[in-house]
Amino acid sequence: MKINVDRDRCVGAGQCVLAAGAVFDQNVDDGLVELLQAEPSEELRDAVSEAQLICPSGAIELLT
Amino acid sequence: MTTGPQEIVVVGAGVAGSVTAETLRREGYAGRLTLVGAEPHLPYDRPPLSKQILSGQWDPDRIRLRRPDVYDRLGIELRLGVSVTRLDRSARVVELADGTRLAADAVVVATGVRPRRLPGDDGPAGVHALRTLDDALALREALAGGPRLVVAGAGLLGTEAAVAARASGADVTLVSAEPIPLLGLIGPQAAGLIAAVHRELGLRVRQGRVTGVESADGAVTGVRLADGTLLAADVVLVATGSLPNTEWLRGSGLRVDDGVVCDTLGRANPGVWAAGDVASLPDPRTGNHRRFEHRTQATEQAIAVARNLLAGSGARPVAPLPYFWTDQHDLKVQVFGEVAGTDRCHVVEGSPAERKFTAVHCAGDRVRGAVAVNLPRAAQQLRPLVESGAVWTGEPVGPPLTGSRADGR
Repeated sequence: MKINVDRDRCVGAGQCVLAAGAVFDQNVDDGLVELLQAEPSEELRDAVSEAQLICPSGAIELLT
Repeated sequence: MTTGPQEIVVVGAGVAGSVTAETLRREGYAGRLTLVGAEPHLPYDRPPLSKQILSGQWDPDRIRLRRPDVYDRLGIELRLGVSVTRLDRSARVVELADGTRLAADAVVVATGVRPRRLPGDDGPAGVHALRTLDDALALREALAGGPRLVVAGAGLLGTEAAVAARASGADVTLVSAEPIPLLGLIGPQAAGLIAAVHRELGLRVRQGRVTGVESADGAVTGVRLADGTLLAADVVLVATGSLPNTEWLRGSGLRVDDGVVCDTLGRANPGVWAAGDVASLPDPRTGNHRRFEHRTQATEQAIAVARNLLAGSGARPVAPLPYFWTDQHDLKVQVFGEVAGTDRCHVVEGSPAERKFTAVHCAGDRVRGAVAVNLPRAAQQLRPLVESGAVWTGEPVGPPLTGSRADGR
């Protein structure tokens, strides 16, 4: 699975960290999304899909 | 064994409706799925309307929630640009304005809200509301050339629009019912910082109650306040709150009382569910029904309602933690839970003077809300305290309570 995050869109709500903390984090300074792994393993797909759905700014894209 | 629904109609193609439809598919629903939207646009995100769209920073395409091909891929049939006229619950039919009758063995009501109007605002040129993409683009156009803008209403929408309009060169007066805009919603420290930013931007804030819009020769001339003052304006934005879109449910047998009244599962009646701004759900703490008009609430309600609709006896209460944010110039304010109804406040990290802080708002010793300004990551650490209604000990994070702290409990 490949994912992409758009930091320009991110609003720092932190919802993705709650949904998939193994994949997403928030930058300490600006609170915006940081990708911990850009190609997480398949077993994280449900969590990442949830993060994508729950993101209030559509900043997460699932590429594959 | 009963079979689940085979024809689901989701009415309303804002974030609640589109997330409901997408979640139904993600959860394995394989029957017919129709998403009805009154606006001609593909589902899009509303928070940027009063920010990046109004200021012209973003093109409208940028706020689309999903690429156009996603709906095809998920088997979501879109009916856009047509409003809904009636729900016939006994026949299990949703009627649309173009005469279409959609059979539905389950319906999700996600018709959202519309702006409240003011006396005299219907007709004259120069009066705007801000709910839809078309509203935002029309207002943006009206702001070209630096007109005098009066924003009636200083909630999240009014204040954000005022900031964006000021940035694009308008001469802006914001009318606030409260002494400081957003005071009750975000607390005195954060509201004070926003008020300072408004002053720095040259935005005039005027306390008062708007009673109507005045016009002459078909064009707006200003906004009348309760004390008789007339605030002269070339353009007026009416941002005095919203009304739920429930008129089409008349005669459906659903209970409507400032929104569609639902049980804790998000169900209004057998086979009819509601999500988003239009849904009135019981507050898990007080039991009182209420609506939220927050972006994340709409998403989380939609996910929960879609799951409950398919879950049968496994349905779970829909009770997302309230959360919203506002961006005002260089301030990002985030609120978990609620400030309203609290009686004390403790700054946790940073300070208002640094324009960077977090604070908890408590009712008695219980944490009911957390506010963060320009500290989005630290805000997350306070979330569990709000979620659990924790007793405030002065120790938001870090190790568990030790003996020296336990006395405070």
